[in-house]
Amino acid sequence: MTINVSMQVNGKAASVNVEERTLLVTVLREELRLTGTHVGCDTAQCGACTVHMNGKAVKSCSMLAMQAEGAQILTIEGVAHADGSLHPMQAAFKEHHGLQCGFCTPGMVMNAIDLVQGRPNITEEEIRHGLEGNLCRCTGYHNIVKSIAAGAKAMASAK
Amino acid sequence: MNAPLIGARVARKEDYRFLTGAGQYTDDVNLPHQTYAAFVRSPHAHAKLKRIQTSKAKQHPGVLAIFTGEDMQVGSLPCGWLITDVHGQPMKEPPHPPLAQGKVRHVGDQVAVVIAETLSAARDAAELVEVEYEVLPAVIDMAKATAAGAPAIHDAAPDNTCYVWALGDQSACDEAFKKAAHVTRLNLVNNRLIPNAIEPRAVNGSYSRGDDSYTLYVSSQNPHVERLLMTAFVLGLPEHKVRVVAPDVGGGFGSKIYLYAEDVVVTWASKQIGGRPVKWTGDRSESFLSDAHGRDHITQAELALDKDGKFLALRVHTTANMGAYLSTFASCIPTILYATLLAGQYATPAIYCEVKAVFTNTAPVDAYRGAGRPEAAYVVERIVETAARELKIDPAELRRRNFVRNFPYQTPVALTYDTGDFQATLDGAIQLSDVAGFAQRRKASEAAGKLRGLGYAAYIEACGLAPSNIAGALGARAGLFEAGEVRVHPTGSVTVFTGSHSHGQGHETTFAQVVADRLGMPIENVDIVHGDTSKVVFGMGTYGSRSLSVGGTAIVKALDKIIAKGKKIAAHLMEAAEADIDYDSGVFKVSGTDKQKTFGEVAFAAYVPHNYPLDKLEPGLNENAFYDPTNFTYPSGTYICEVEVDPDTGTVRVDRFTAVDDFGKIVNPMIVEGQVHGGVTQGIGQALLEGCHYDTETGQLITGSFMDYAMPRAEDVPSYALATRETPCTHNPLGVKGCGEAGAIGAPAALMNAITDALSIYGIQDLPMPASPQTVWKAIRAAQQKAA
Ligand code: FES
Ligand code: FES
Repeated sequence: MTINVSMQVNGKAASVNVEERTLLVTVLREELRLTGTHVGCDTAQCGACTVHMNGKAVKSCSMLAMQAEGAQILTIEGVAHADGSLHPMQAAFKEHHGLQCGFCTPGMVMNAIDLVQGRPNITEEEIRHGLEGNLCRCTGYHNIVKSIAAGAKAMASAK
Repeated sequence: MNAPLIGARVARKEDYRFLTGAGQYTDDVNLPHQTYAAFVRSPHAHAKLKRIQTSKAKQHPGVLAIFTGEDMQVGSLPCGWLITDVHGQPMKEPPHPPLAQGKVRHVGDQVAVVIAETLSAARDAAELVEVEYEVLPAVIDMAKATAAGAPAIHDAAPDNTCYVWALGDQSACDEAFKKAAHVTRLNLVNNRLIPNAIEPRAVNGSYSRGDDSYTLYVSSQNPHVERLLMTAFVLGLPEHKVRVVAPDVGGGFGSKIYLYAEDVVVTWASKQIGGRPVKWTGDRSESFLSDAHGRDHITQAELALDKDGKFLALRVHTTANMGAYLSTFASCIPTILYATLLAGQYATPAIYCEVKAVFTNTAPVDAYRGAGRPEAAYVVERIVETAARELKIDPAELRRRNFVRNFPYQTPVALTYDTGDFQATLDGAIQLSDVAGFAQRRKASEAAGKLRGLGYAAYIEACGLAPSNIAGALGARAGLFEAGEVRVHPTGSVTVFTGSHSHGQGHETTFAQVVADRLGMPIENVDIVHGDTSKVVFGMGTYGSRSLSVGGTAIVKALDKIIAKGKKIAAHLMEAAEADIDYDSGVFKVSGTDKQKTFGEVAFAAYVPHNYPLDKLEPGLNENAFYDPTNFTYPSGTYICEVEVDPDTGTVRVDRFTAVDDFGKIVNPMIVEGQVHGGVTQGIGQALLEGCHYDTETGQLITGSFMDYAMPRAEDVPSYALATRETPCTHNPLGVKGCGEAGAIGAPAALMNAITDALSIYGIQDLPMPASPQTVWKAIRAAQQKAA
């Protein structure tokens, strides 16, 4: 059965007609062609698909599109400033080499932004714990942890 | 003079697109009129295909076509390396059809493909394909693969043996063992791993009727090799009619070197359905089942020492699992890339290694980060550490007594190390990891009811594959050079085309550093292009830590040609002798005068040749180079790991990990550190967490998802302490050795040495990897019961 789903994606209204079983990530990637949100697994384990729904990090592979009806969705494409300059968390990943192949990166950045909200002094231990739902096969996490700590500070001082 | 770019921590050019979601991975490529493929895969490890019924599936709405092995009569997926066995006979090379022909040989083997208008239609219809199997007994446990009466997987290899191969002087070894004052023996299993790049394999293939050509987007580490193998060996297509693009690739670690069945099927199928593009993106479950796995060795090793702790000989017998079919480079991993590294960092005079490669009803096994060298380092560094403990010699001291100190050094296993300073990396690691403070830390752990252990691993690897003539003599069926092209634009900016492929390594930055440094121009003026056979002249791709040492050198050679031609043009423009022209920091100068022309002016003159020596020189400024190295490169280093073990639960925590590496010259330390972090984490993954398991009766993959296969997560690993020492490679102009695999090569032995050190109070000398809490706990209990 086809249903209509309407939501705000990166600040713009989006309305799609999809099968009921369609996942949110499929709508983002296939219908809206926002291919920055990635799919790395089929068991909700890797976090490559992480986006924000109403300001909270969620795994877009493990929810149906219809669960996002009326929601505010933010994907990696909507994170940088309007002039194209990087969000402080993105900039921190670049400065601290928190990415290699880039495939886990959108999910990492989306999760990180939510994770450090209001925690400018988040510790290494807390960051590592906060990354339990995100897999990276390239970086060994060392520089991701550094990036997130720096991004947390930068986000706090940008406010 | 600008600040030097070589050695600078330049932020990566590629990051902006990855950080903003603008990367273009294969699954992000969507073509007009695209269709979708879904594969029907075998649920059995070993079975005859009796009948495939597709009529019901064909009627499913949206289905365009269904193909089986019967429909697809093409060549076999080739193996790129011929191993000659101990009797001088070629290895057994059974056919590897892209779609099963009459028989399936592992769970996940491709039986049929469904092409449909949508992905869900393709998947739904794949479920409707009815396959009748006659299930056969399966061979899963490689230790039993060659036992009498084991079922034969291939007619071409009735005893399931691919080859028995040997390297080294057996009688010299045997003699040395007779004279030994001490012999250390160790049985080791190098556990089977599943690579799991976070981007699953994907391919989008299309045939164009208009010009009878094919275009393939594929998540690959080496698009030219993919094209060569597919056209020449499987589909019999003219190479110039096939374009292969490997766009952004989300990690490879070896698993995306190979020509996979899905790539071939999708390309072939596009023509069958009239030219519409066919897209396939593996889901993670398919990655687990069908990506080439890594490692999987069973080894008996013996080390002979004299009374002073000098190594006399090393004897190694290894059985290596090939899986159900020979993957593209499977045969050379446990031989050429393994046995040749058994000298390690030591001047062991006699080494002999015998390898038996066997077929089993499991997924094919091939190179995974390190490929043969982690297995070799594991054997050498585990047995050296064990010998030190048996002889009660400090493990660092035992290593020092045996280090190779004079270079070049010819090992007894075919390699010539050009340079290194093993003492320097060992001493550096001892200092950085504060070995001196270990006793204190151990006490503190013990006071908290924990055990603490420290382990070393001093690895060496052979990288920068390879001198083609040597590789050819060893059985390689391809060259192993690299190609580079430097295209100078009329206004002086530069596009460089490389046959290397970046899937995380950051070549767009590192290679641009090399180019901008050599030409003396801002890095912004240089772009690197890779991964497209229609743009890059040729390429052997990226694996074996070869990109900078081989691909980078090809670029340097092309740059030197550019500068040489530039000098001729500048000499003409300034009416000077060519021999008097110097090039420095982007400027051609007549030496001893103040006359000069910028690089941009010379480039412009080359493309607007109004005042130009047209009678002597072609216009334009564009140069190609191919580079074939004269030797491998030999990165080396010492890793020291400290673990804390909870004896009540068996949990191992990696408390400290120190890596001091010698990668030769370093172009971008930030990127190199990232490579080590990633490699070490994969090595820790192997030693602590990861392990592929098949049910030994049915051949079902038990560890078939991220829920069952433990990948290292952020909480499983510490932050690392890194440093480097530098002995430049002597045979490439950059002096570089490569850094991509070191971490995965050195880390497992360091970790297992640390764990067995912690458990030494129980008399535990060895543990299988991964040292999961259960494994450690059981070993402690067994030791306690034995003692009681
Ligand atoms: S794709 Fe969503 S968690 Fe892996
Ligand atoms: S950067 Fe490659 S998976 Fe994280």
